[in-house]
Amino acid sequence: MTDELRLEERVSIALRRLYRAYGYQPYRVNRFEEYELYMRNKSFLTSEQILAFCDTDGRLLALKPDVTLSVVKNTRDSDGPMKVFYSESVYRVPRAGYGFAEIMQTGVELIGRVDAYAMGEVLMLAARSLEAISGEYALDIADLSITEGVLSGEALGEGERRQLLTFISQKNLHGLTALCDSLGVSGQTRAWLAALITEYGPLRETLSRMEALGLPPACEKGLADLRAVAQLLEAFGVDRVNLDFSVVNDMNYYNGLVFSGFIDGIPGGVLSGGRYDRLMEKLGRTSEAIGFAVYLDQLERFAPESREPDVDTLLLYENDAQAAEAARAAQALIARGERVRVQRGEAPQRLRCRRVVRLGEGGGEQ
Amino acid sequence: MRMMNIALPKGRLGDKAYAVLARAGYACPAIGEDSRQLTFVSPDRSVRYFLVKPADVAIYVERGAADVGIAGKDILLEYAPDVYELLDLGMGRCRMCVAGPKGFADDHARTLRVATKFPHIAARHYSARSREIELIHLNGSIELAPIVGLSDVIVDIVETGATLRENGLDVLEEIVPISARLIANKTAFKFKREEIRTLAERTQRSLAGKPA
Repeated sequence: MTDELRLEERVSIALRRLYRAYGYQPYRVNRFEEYELYMRNKSFLTSEQILAFCDTDGRLLALKPDVTLSVVKNTRDSDGPMKVFYSESVYRVPRAGYGFAEIMQTGVELIGRVDAYAMGEVLMLAARSLEAISGEYALDIADLSITEGVLSGEALGEGERRQLLTFISQKNLHGLTALCDSLGVSGQTRAWLAALITEYGPLRETLSRMEALGLPPACEKGLADLRAVAQLLEAFGVDRVNLDFSVVNDMNYYNGLVFSGFIDGIPGGVLSGGRYDRLMEKLGRTSEAIGFAVYLDQLERFAPESREPDVDTLLLYENDAQAAEAARAAQALIARGERVRVQRGEAPQRLRCRRVVRLGEGGGEQ
Repeated sequence: MRMMNIALPKGRLGDKAYAVLARAGYACPAIGEDSRQLTFVSPDRSVRYFLVKPADVAIYVERGAADVGIAGKDILLEYAPDVYELLDLGMGRCRMCVAGPKGFADDHARTLRVATKFPHIAARHYSARSREIELIHLNGSIELAPIVGLSDVIVDIVETGATLRENGLDVLEEIVPISARLIANKTAFKFKREEIRTLAERTQRSLAGKPA
């Protein structure tokens, strides 16, 4: 039966099975959400446009552009730890598109205490999610507290900090160097920032190189977390994970571990996630949280084009007198497991079929 | 080694950038021959070049049709594509400027009318100064706008300033210096990492006048 499904659907089923296997529970959210929720957390969203409308009682609602905010909104610290997954439509303006689109998104949220095991498990699920799409995947991870730690020694304005982070996310060493010159950033910080751009590669070895740089004490927690995560990933048997500091999510919401996933053959990222304790704080929660989303809409163009015929048998009949005979013939073929299309007169254009059966004048097969 | 796809901007900048890449070991002699051909594969099949409109290079790279490309910083600032910016080639140097009639004095009591081919750059520049403007998006001959009273000032690329002077205009403010950049698709960077890293290093050496 699975060959009847499109790649997105097949992946979506595989993902649900994967998340369930690790005890994550399905989570449904309402299709509509209070518009206010998004207004207050605009920069958490990947696109700021929101499809809003008035409900019958005049309240302003929105078709949800994001699921994480809804999950967090509906949890209370007293609920205790949660491991959930969702598979929902979200409505947003795609980066390279005009107008709103409905996008299938599947994701995982872990709310409660985020320790080494929790980070390792979520990263492992992210890696396995990518693997469900293609063996040629890369999961890039970074720790925002390390980037913050490197910058903490410099007196920088908010705009300057943001500009430096943009350069790191673009791997733009020349831009970073020029900005450091004009800001008078110290030689030591500058060398560290350059390393955040040039160091890229398999988690363990790249991490050892970072540790040899003598980063400031403010980076210690981040380095320790990455070490712990590397160990956990080894225990889970996941190895295609790179350290890459160009993964920079919004620091107003994310902190610590962040990551994004790529598939060879799909031009942009297909998975994005991280630790979002700061979002929890903003929404008045004390729990920690980590999660990710997989953008299944990206898979549409990745699927190999189907060479399968549309039906096995095209059954053609000429007139009403043959109708009952056509019905019986179709039933018999379908009972044998064939896919049958019944059509009056000529074969429809562009229909691909294995064979054509024409009910004859006398009622026999031709 | 997998074949690398490189998007080059048509025109003078593309020719110069190609010369640097050729010196870096990515020569493709066919490129000079037939001007109607759109793609060119190097004899050792290590690279394929396409020549596209300069403003489109970033799109080819962002969407993965090209692994890397050469694009002006003006295009990168205007479209903000989600790509890596690996090198400043230091060629095609010019400045993004605000220009206007000689001796223009901005009347802050009125909305400033700004004509430009770069609406995002112009909008960002003025919103950072909290100056209210009216954006007039044009596709060419920007210098004409203040002359015929379509706009008060323009935001445009200035190379030597000769065109401005001929039209009685002057640079009023420099927004940002512009030059050509080597950009890379994010996914390609993960899966053709060695090829892209080698290309960037060799290009940098070639720019410094060293052999590949």
